[in-house]
Amino acid sequence: MTDLTSPAPLHEPGPPPEPPPAATEAAEERPKGTASQRSLVWWRFKQHRLAMAGLIVTGFIYLVAVFAGFLAPFSSSTFNADYTYAPPQRLHIVDRSGGDWDWGLFVHGYRSVVDDETLELTFEIDESQKIDVGLFVKGDEYEIFGLIPWDRHLIGPTNPDDPMYLLGGTRTGHDLLSRMIHGTTVSMSIGLVGVAMAFVLGVTLGGVSGYVGGKTDLAIQRLVEFFMSVPSIPLWLGLAAALPPDWGSMQRYFAITTILAVIAWTDLARVVRGRFLSLRNEEFVTSARLDGSSRRRVIFRHMMPSFSSHLIASVTLSIPGMILAETSLSFLGLGLQAPVVSWGVLLQDAQNIRAMATAPWLLLPGLCVIVAVLALNFVGDGLRDAADPYKR
Amino acid sequence: MTAPILVVRNLHVRFPVKRGFFGRTVGHVRAVDGVDLTIRPGETLGLVGESGCGKTTLGRSIARIITPTSGEILYRDAAGADVDLATAPNYELRELQRQVRVVFQDPFSSLNPRMTLLQIVGEPLRNHGVATGSELEDRVAGMLQRVGLSPKYLHRYPHAFSGGERQRVNIARALILEPRLVIADEPVSALDVSVRAQILNLLRDLQDEFGLTYLFISHDLSVVESVCDRVAVMYLGRLVEVADTGDLYTRPRHPYTEALLSAVPRPDPRLRDSGRRIRLADDLPDPADPPPGCTFHTRCRYAVAGTCDVPGGAPVLAQTAHGHRAACLRTNELDLAGIEPDPV
Amino acid sequence: MSAARPDHDGPLLEIDGLATRFFTREGTVRAVDGVSLSVPRGATVCVVGESGCGKSVTARSVLGLVDEPGRIVGGRILWRPGDGDPVDLAALDPNSERMRRIRGGEISMVFQEPMASLSPMHTVGSQLVEAIRLHLPLGRAEAHDRAVDLLRRVGIPRPEERMDAYSFQLSGGMCQRVMIAIALACDPALLIADEPTTALDVTTQARIIDLLRDLQAQSGMSMLFITHDLGVVAEIADEVVVMYLGTVVERGGVDEIFHDPKHPYTRALLGSVPRMGAGSRQRLTTIRGTVPHPSDRPAGCPFHPRCDAAVAGVCDRSDPPDVPVGPGRTARCVLYDEAAVPASGVV
Repeated sequence: MTDLTSPAPLHEPGPPPEPPPAATEAAEERPKGTASQRSLVWWRFKQHRLAMAGLIVTGFIYLVAVFAGFLAPFSSSTFNADYTYAPPQRLHIVDRSGGDWDWGLFVHGYRSVVDDETLELTFEIDESQKIDVGLFVKGDEYEIFGLIPWDRHLIGPTNPDDPMYLLGGTRTGHDLLSRMIHGTTVSMSIGLVGVAMAFVLGVTLGGVSGYVGGKTDLAIQRLVEFFMSVPSIPLWLGLAAALPPDWGSMQRYFAITTILAVIAWTDLARVVRGRFLSLRNEEFVTSARLDGSSRRRVIFRHMMPSFSSHLIASVTLSIPGMILAETSLSFLGLGLQAPVVSWGVLLQDAQNIRAMATAPWLLLPGLCVIVAVLALNFVGDGLRDAADPYKR
Repeated sequence: MTAPILVVRNLHVRFPVKRGFFGRTVGHVRAVDGVDLTIRPGETLGLVGESGCGKTTLGRSIARIITPTSGEILYRDAAGADVDLATAPNYELRELQRQVRVVFQDPFSSLNPRMTLLQIVGEPLRNHGVATGSELEDRVAGMLQRVGLSPKYLHRYPHAFSGGERQRVNIARALILEPRLVIADEPVSALDVSVRAQILNLLRDLQDEFGLTYLFISHDLSVVESVCDRVAVMYLGRLVEVADTGDLYTRPRHPYTEALLSAVPRPDPRLRDSGRRIRLADDLPDPADPPPGCTFHTRCRYAVAGTCDVPGGAPVLAQTAHGHRAACLRTNELDLAGIEPDPV
Repeated sequence: MSAARPDHDGPLLEIDGLATRFFTREGTVRAVDGVSLSVPRGATVCVVGESGCGKSVTARSVLGLVDEPGRIVGGRILWRPGDGDPVDLAALDPNSERMRRIRGGEISMVFQEPMASLSPMHTVGSQLVEAIRLHLPLGRAEAHDRAVDLLRRVGIPRPEERMDAYSFQLSGGMCQRVMIAIALACDPALLIADEPTTALDVTTQARIIDLLRDLQAQSGMSMLFITHDLGVVAEIADEVVVMYLGTVVERGGVDEIFHDPKHPYTRALLGSVPRMGAGSRQRLTTIRGTVPHPSDRPAGCPFHPRCDAAVAGVCDRSDPPDVPVGPGRTARCVLYDEAAVPASGVV
């Protein structure tokens, strides 16, 4: 993806030699002469405002996913059972309680209140308490990229034992913000890993199907149709429910990803096959064969680049599906399970109406899902429109 | 007479017609149905006919883009040895495809949009290990220059070029391996009139310079006349007439040739309504089920029942005059009209 | 050549200074840039030119069929079907009721790709019947009879059977005949044919040209015929309009254009067509360079970079004048403008 989004260097500046006469008489886009297809795709992509916005949001979300440990104030397992359903605190910059301007980040603490009727314990912001908040504070240990151990956090209470719930607390007294940030890693990576598996399956089987043709094609197509005809939600549910309950969270993570990929590869296989079939008869592919190119070179040098942009678009468009599928499974309690957090796992807390009435902030992970899915869809749409810069 | 560079003998190409859910073969389209043809070194042989007559399939069989069903395509290589292109195994074919090259019709789909001119024209050199690096670049630049494109364009992509310029790139790619036989499949059909003349002249100059032999496939009879030494007329997978260009255009010996010639619109309004036009029925017979006897009898205005439509009585290409062969049962009884030169 | 209808006041169709532009992201393309031509009643006018000359856009402008981002920005297209006042088609809203009545009713169009113009989902007959009933107040049975009659008129054998055929069951020539039948469904006063024979074989092309000429002789309709093929022009035209890069470079009668061409472009174009019967291995006259893209047109005369007779300092500076060079003839070239070029000798 990175090489697609960076414009290729222009080899030689200057005006095109002779612009092409329009194939139709209508006006036609006239790109610069030395621009590679990649830069043409990028130029067209940039024209698509929504897609650009989507790209920025997607990039931001993935950054959050990568640096989750640093960005989150606490680790995903840190909790304080004394503060269940703690309401969100406002982050203050200046303290004027003493009469003068006292700069510095802080939040107010909580005091517990017992409801007179229900006798339930709830929390209220206690403006008399002040919890100092700092940037780059020491806190829970984590590993950057899973390798380098570190304990600094972008933001957190100066004293790690003080309560800080910027977006509120969960039923178990976890910090929702931290969990959402950690959930981003899991949810977004499931999209990527799942699509990567689907990509390998889809491109291999679709490519073989389209390039070899004949009986192989027939067999693979029937397989694709079989998978497409199986209703996916019951299949997920069945497979997920069949996972041994004693599996560890990592095993479960990969198992769920695999289950999602097994369903998702069929679309890609169809796209790839279709492209191969239409390209096989293109004259430039025939020419490449006559030029003495080996079969491998024909496929990888001449055919694949011609539809790589279409492929990237399809892949991008299938990531949101994965994320949604994982979220649904986890929401139903059949996907990932604690201690792994994903947006779907977090949404489990929002399953009953009472919890939502007392702690509406528990729906925030759903917002994350919506934003991520929309952003990825916009990017995919933009890529699909830009994929063929020679057509209008 | 020098030995021919290519001899095609009794060549057949059949495509299965598949129907139904299981793709059962229900018949065969006889795209090329028993063609005999010789090409002499240094000449330009024109191959004409309507769309669907099999001329492109014949050209593609010679280039072995398509593997023929049966028959021989004997190619005499530079050393004087005959090789059968129809049955040559892949490793031999690779070498032969250096000597027999193709120029395609569509200047837009025949160039890979993701490659620069250097990569496109240099691809054959690279694949055959002829040249690499700066030598390859020099040779490509030289070839581009030869076909009338500035070497400055080496790093440009095809989308920046017009149809005529793209066709020059195609020609450069075909000639960079110094072939002996070039199959040009409708090389100018997609081009504007003013550009077409440039490309035709270029093809002729290159032929003289490199001693090339051309098989020039076209549906445009006026273009064929202007570039070809000899012309073969194809109808429904068979050759119906082969002769020297002048001979064929002025004294056609097959009614189909006569009809084709008469149908060409002439750029002179004074020739209008001169009553010379022969109207052929629109519908070509189904090539999967050709008519019995002479396949042209369904559209031929000279066809005689009982002579031309006898099953198994298909006419063969026979000598009618020196260097002139026609496949018509009545050729000696007919007085067919050719082209009268345009009054200048 | 065909029986002319009684002349009212002025030609059937008169295009005056038409300008159609395409507003693309890269800039404005002057696809049609001040085209004037007229189609007399009962006559065939051929617009000839190479790709990008604006001939198709001109034809489409008449019917308000210019695709986005194109727009008519100037000029008039006067349509005089009867005695009444002429209608300016350029000023009509392309989606208006009046335009829709004219399109297909008074003016109809035949396109290059007959296969693509017919729907493969419906029978030929149903498409024809639909076209008839859209413009004529006929019942289903009457329309069906008329459709069969039309198919017979365009030379389709066994028209009753072909009514139930689908386009993919017919050859290219047959499809084009069906398209012509649809175009003729309402007896249009003007038939616009945009490269109607380009996709066809030479034998089929000859028959379609014959058909169009016969139909015109019977009905007295006018034709605006768009083509790039000079041979076809010579076969069918009464008058010829030669276009280059959005402008009309020369207008005249067909015989004058072919036997006494004035504009250097017309001469060069005629010279680059191979002459039949001239023998093999002729060397063709060429026009140097290629047709520029319409968005990249040279200053002054659009043809001057390729013109052998170009006068430096004149042709590359100012737009050439439209000079009358005979009755009903014009050439857009300074060589014929005595005021501009003193005694520079016409080539």
